[in-house]
Amino acid sequence: MTNTMLDFVIVSIALLAIGIYGISVKRNAIRMLFAVEMIVNAANLNLVAFGRFLPNSQGQTFALFSIAIAAAEVAVGLALIIVAYRMYKNVDIAEFRSLKG
Amino acid sequence: MADAVFLGLAVITIGSAIAALEVRSLIYGSIALMGTLGGIAGFFLLLDSPFVAMFQIAVYIGSIAVLILFTVMLVRRQLIFIKIEDKRRRYAGIGLMLSLMMGLGAIILSSGIKTVTTDEPPVDFRAIGADFLTYYWPALILMGFILAASVIGALTLARREDLTNDQHNA
Repeated sequence: MTNTMLDFVIVSIALLAIGIYGISVKRNAIRMLFAVEMIVNAANLNLVAFGRFLPNSQGQTFALFSIAIAAAEVAVGLALIIVAYRMYKNVDIAEFRSLKG
Repeated sequence: MADAVFLGLAVITIGSAIAALEVRSLIYGSIALMGTLGGIAGFFLLLDSPFVAMFQIAVYIGSIAVLILFTVMLVRRQLIFIKIEDKRRRYAGIGLMLSLMMGLGAIILSSGIKTVTTDEPPVDFRAIGADFLTYYWPALILMGFILAASVIGALTLARREDLTNDQHNA
């Protein structure tokens, strides 16, 4: 294998930093969801990279669990965004002021 | 040292991650997000984990990215193109991103990870299946329940009660 573990970890760090930038700067709810996806993917890449270089199978197993849970999280997140959009006619999170039903 | 395939994948992944957050239109943004997710799937292939890569393509590009695309299309057109953000907050965010990259990078570089490489054969995906069905089977069942519960919860959340009332009245 020509690539060292360091290369994968550096890509993962870059993706994590971009995701944190997106979460802290963007006010559009859908773009914040993009940023969350990037952070989850950085974590998955780390899991698989460590699992490959140790080597054992648990890294891949845990990454598969993580992908499935991320799918559930996106489904609920998008449903919340749609409900909030229906109530406020906006996707700007600064406008979602009240939690009244 | 990294090879050409790795460098190409890294450029695609990081570049489309930045594009997904910074492109003006949300539709192009979600297509760029597909590029990031596909790049990660490529990294999984480089790491000799084809099973996880297939799962990534099926779940992320096949369902999550398409779901996001449909949600974006449900939103009003002006909101797709509008960019709402503070200038000052943006510079602070860029500073946070760079300091995070440098800090974590310095920690990783000073650790012993730099020299780690492997000549061992990759893990067979049969070992993953065996893991799932022997040691981790309670977690697998729990994951199935969580997925079912989240889909039902999402459907319940997004249901429109006013529409059914209108139909009864008419």
